[in-house]
Amino acid sequence: MADFEIKDLRASVEGKEILKGVTLAINKGEVHAVMGPNGSGKSTLSHTLMGHPGYTVDGGEVIFKGQNVLALEPDERARLGMFLALQYPVVVPGISMTNFLRTALNAKRGYDGKDKSKQVTPKEFRSLLKSELEVLHMDDSFLPRYINDGFSGGEKKRAEILQMAILKPEIAILDETDSGLDIDSIKFVADAVNRMRGPDLGVLIITHYTRILQFIKPDFVHVLVDGKFVLSGGPEIADRLEKTGYSEWAEADEPAVLKPEEVA
Amino acid sequence: MATVPKVDVGTDYKEKYGFFVPEEYVFKAKRGLNPEIVKEISWMKQEPEWMTKMRLRSLEIFRKKPMPTWGADLSVIDFENIFYYLKASDKQSKTWEELPPDIKATYDRLGVPEAERKFLAGVSAQYESEVVYHSLQKELTAKGVIFTDTDSALRDHPELFKEYFGTVIPPADNKFAALNTAVWSGGSFIYVPKGVRVDIPLQAYFRINAENMGQFERTLIICDEGSFVHYIEGCTAPIYTTDSLHSAVVEIIVKKDARCRYTTIQNWSTNVFNLVTKRAMAYADATMEWVDGNLGSQITMKYPSVYLMEPGAKGDVLSVAFAGKGQHQDAGGKMIHVAPNTTSTITSKSISKAGGRTSYRGHIKMYPDAKNSKSFVKCDALLLDDESRSDTYPYNDVDAENVTLGHEATVSKVSDEQLFYLMSRGITRSEAETMIVNGFIEPFTKELPLEYAVELNRLIQLEMEGSVG
Ligand SMILES: Nc1ncnc2c1ncn2[C@@H]1O[C@H](COP(=O)(O)OP(=O)(O)O)[C@@H](O)[C@H]1O
Ligand SMILES: [Mg+2]
Repeated sequence: MADFEIKDLRASVEGKEILKGVTLAINKGEVHAVMGPNGSGKSTLSHTLMGHPGYTVDGGEVIFKGQNVLALEPDERARLGMFLALQYPVVVPGISMTNFLRTALNAKRGYDGKDKSKQVTPKEFRSLLKSELEVLHMDDSFLPRYINDGFSGGEKKRAEILQMAILKPEIAILDETDSGLDIDSIKFVADAVNRMRGPDLGVLIITHYTRILQFIKPDFVHVLVDGKFVLSGGPEIADRLEKTGYSEWAEADEPAVLKPEEVA
Repeated sequence: MATVPKVDVGTDYKEKYGFFVPEEYVFKAKRGLNPEIVKEISWMKQEPEWMTKMRLRSLEIFRKKPMPTWGADLSVIDFENIFYYLKASDKQSKTWEELPPDIKATYDRLGVPEAERKFLAGVSAQYESEVVYHSLQKELTAKGVIFTDTDSALRDHPELFKEYFGTVIPPADNKFAALNTAVWSGGSFIYVPKGVRVDIPLQAYFRINAENMGQFERTLIICDEGSFVHYIEGCTAPIYTTDSLHSAVVEIIVKKDARCRYTTIQNWSTNVFNLVTKRAMAYADATMEWVDGNLGSQITMKYPSVYLMEPGAKGDVLSVAFAGKGQHQDAGGKMIHVAPNTTSTITSKSISKAGGRTSYRGHIKMYPDAKNSKSFVKCDALLLDDESRSDTYPYNDVDAENVTLGHEATVSKVSDEQLFYLMSRGITRSEAETMIVNGFIEPFTKELPLEYAVELNRLIQLEMEGSVG
């Protein structure tokens, strides 16, 4: 029994069947990459795993710590140890990043406004923020800013990884964290993720392009086409996609490397 | 002196003349409204004749004016069943035990100190903040600032008072201004001399007592040339009262180069009709800012306004309204541009929940002389569920050339994407909703002194959890 098991997961969006039976076992300490062309269902997978209300589960289960997390609210999943870095992080006006991070960390630690011993102390919080900001090459001027408000694409993605670093999940799903990032930002993000890698963390890294996998080496690679895995194996699969793209699956004939003009 | 009406002075003349702490009261409070009662009020207060006459004239106006029907439904107000003047001693009849449990619970959860909550609940007439008030008074007096209750101001500063009282909002302005002028009692009076800046906000709280938190309070603020003052009224904790009608009048004069900010946080218990007229006159290069938060009451109708009388005058209204179950917050602002190069902004944020209703009602008027003036109105409504409602009624009336007028309105719901995002970080649904609502009103909250901002956020949290009235 793996630490995190996705079993025959099927899901739909607005009545349209998208995930057509996805099975995947992730152990802590492992990095799994899910690669797939546009529209193959990658974000549907990530959102369904985290419990987004817009995605309907049609079947299957996801077992983590002995529970079927599909029955849980997103916040319960998060407190259980799951994390999703969104492909498109959401803007929430009027709430500072500091407030957001502190509230999330307190929630993660089970602080419900009563038991003060569970509350993160200002000192601990400051030093935690400081070290993680450094790794991500972010300065603290963004902390008083509202959640993702006016952030550049790169800032948003780095802010997602900052949240991950602060919340320390056991299963992290990174949905196209690399898309829209320049090469420096990719390196900072990869550094931060690599630092977190270890026996306490399992990672599901979702990507269209192979580029980020040069910096975060996956242990396993799975190819998602039309809501199903069509190929699973080791890192060599990424190399194969690098050359042939998704052309093996005729209806998904897209390259898996960025065109030179797309590389910032 | 006013003609003394026949009343039974009985054996209680001592209290009337202030010789003794009253043991029993002299003025038999009566319900209803007629010239006799108005005369009695004026006589009790030993007012000059001009005020008695003004009150009587205002009563006539009140009677003649029809009930406004363009806004919230006011037909249920029974004017004959209201006490128009109660002495503080009469008001203390309530006991802590009689308070509705939800009000008590809210005080608990807000952590309002004992002495303060008794005052807010109308159980005690005086809140023990005298000490703070007195040391502040010394400082103010040294600068020539007058900060007192309106009744004392009429007694102690009769010329100044008479020069300005009723000049910004004459009794004939509207039915409720007429009512207030007929029966007013309490409120704050502030005069800031030329060039004087009052650095700390003046709070009604410093000298709060049952009278000035009354139903028909009357506030008059005069900022002389180049001066500055920030006045704060109210508090976030709910104010419990069995009086069902609160109808205040606030008049402000902001002279050349002066600036006045008037912050209100009001949270009346949900039986109250809160019908308030607030208006300021801003002269050359003067700035008037209304920061107005309305949380409680059954119905609120309030449209702070600024008359921009001379070139360069500036007016701002920043308001927040929260309407829960059975509440209607009808609020907004008015900007009357009389002179050239005047500017105004109105920013209105409203939240409706559990069938509550909010309305934005605004009026921008630009007279022919108001060339090169600018006005910008932004109203954002947040609906927390499908039963709740929000409307906007913007009226623009432009007779000037070369003016800029902007209007933006949005109605939104707490978005699923925002909720999901916060929840995916482990934050519970109710906490996430509260954060989003607090984020929505942040442009307002950040204008408040810190302690008020913190209280307001906490209050929103209680409202969101549905544990408030
Ligand atoms: N909110 C939505 N409404 C309708 N269709 C959607 C929605 N989200 C995703 N889809 C559809 O589901 C399919 C898979 O989308 P998605 O999971 O976002 O793919 P990927 O992340 O692999 O690009 C696509 O055909 C897309 O159009
Ligand atoms: Mg996607």
